[in-house]
Amino acid sequence: MSDEVEPGNHHAWSPNVVAFVCNWCTYTGADLAGTSRLKMDPNVRVIKLPCSSRVNPLFIIKAFERGADGVIVSGCHTGDCHYSTGNYHARRRFAILHDLLQFMGVEEDRVTFAWVSASEGNKWQQVVNETTARVQQLGPFAPSEKQNGGVQ
Amino acid sequence: MSELQETARKLLSEGTVSVVIGYEEGPRGVRPAFITAPAQADKLIFDTRCVQNLATYLNPRRKQVAQLGRAAVVVKGCDARAVAGMIREKQIERGNVVILAMRCGGVLQNPETNSELTTQTVSVRCGGCTVREPKLFDHLLGELPPEPPVNTHRVEQIAALMKMSSSERWTFWTEQLSRCIRCHACREACPMCFCVKCTAEKSQPQWIDSSSTPQANRAWQTMRVLHQAGRCVDCLECERACPEHIPLGLLARYVADSVERRFEYTASDDPTVPAPIGVYRTDDDEEFIR
Repeated sequence: MSDEVEPGNHHAWSPNVVAFVCNWCTYTGADLAGTSRLKMDPNVRVIKLPCSSRVNPLFIIKAFERGADGVIVSGCHTGDCHYSTGNYHARRRFAILHDLLQFMGVEEDRVTFAWVSASEGNKWQQVVNETTARVQQLGPFAPSEKQNGGVQ
Repeated sequence: MSELQETARKLLSEGTVSVVIGYEEGPRGVRPAFITAPAQADKLIFDTRCVQNLATYLNPRRKQVAQLGRAAVVVKGCDARAVAGMIREKQIERGNVVILAMRCGGVLQNPETNSELTTQTVSVRCGGCTVREPKLFDHLLGELPPEPPVNTHRVEQIAALMKMSSSERWTFWTEQLSRCIRCHACREACPMCFCVKCTAEKSQPQWIDSSSTPQANRAWQTMRVLHQAGRCVDCLECERACPEHIPLGLLARYVADSVERRFEYTASDDPTVPAPIGVYRTDDDEEFIR
């Protein structure tokens, strides 16, 4: 990561953020942000999925295990799901996951849930920049475990 | 002969069922019993030591029990929720099981002890019980004992954890889960864990490392309780089965509280009530989503 740190950023460490996004809204929104040349932190790796309801909580757990310091999960606004109801189901699962992660001691700011539509390039930019900034503040995720071969 | 013994004897001798799953006196306190002959029905007992959730033996993956034939099962009101859950999820048919529901005044934490029910000895799940008189049954048996004392130990522990900082909670769970030996006894004891192939055993892709590492132990328990969200009946068999005494009941209760707060759902003994994960409301709370 170090070679990707922008000039003017004085932190030696820069977070890895993994974004699980839906194909129909957020991916298109992120694409719009890109084609609009909006300035975004380069820390986010986007993984495109058919729908936010495709996000198994294990994806998020695995991302953290394999070296992510933060995770973004994003899909269509409710009512706009390409598959009609996918994000309603996803919202219920995310709600429980959100609560459980906090109970297990994962800082709330490490996982961002967002609805970003295909036209919300600006919102995607905000989500990316704010999440990266918050995770930057928190520091690396479970560093002691990573030294023991957590990152594969 | 008690009402329970009489009913069991009648069911067996009339051939309505070929096995009655109940409780009997064992060398180390109360243990599960599988009664197949009417003459043995007088072994059956029911008292405050009957902690075990026998509904777990109806689980179709327990082939040895299934081979015994059509079963009658002795349940407390709380255990009846597990039977309802299995009916709801099409694991068993309502018509294929005879439910012998006992009126219950609370149980101890440990079936090997025999003491009075006090705020220290009573199971943490008995406080505020709403199913002392079970609603799902074929035969409703016994006298209704007085209300049990309330053991607030678990509620206090959860409240104390939530007062801690994230990193303190992280340390707490890392320490607790470091003892996990990945024997999966929590899963085996659970009446609601009935997948033919568990995600923890999948290797293509391998979601959860099968060895006991901090990450894998955490992933395993996180996944297990997430799969139980809205399905867990809070029988605490996972915690009781754990050879390392990991407080799994804390996770179960925390998730159940979260489900209750967000979706106004508590484990139901009515098989027709849908579980909260799998249905949705358009106005579900989304304060945590940007």
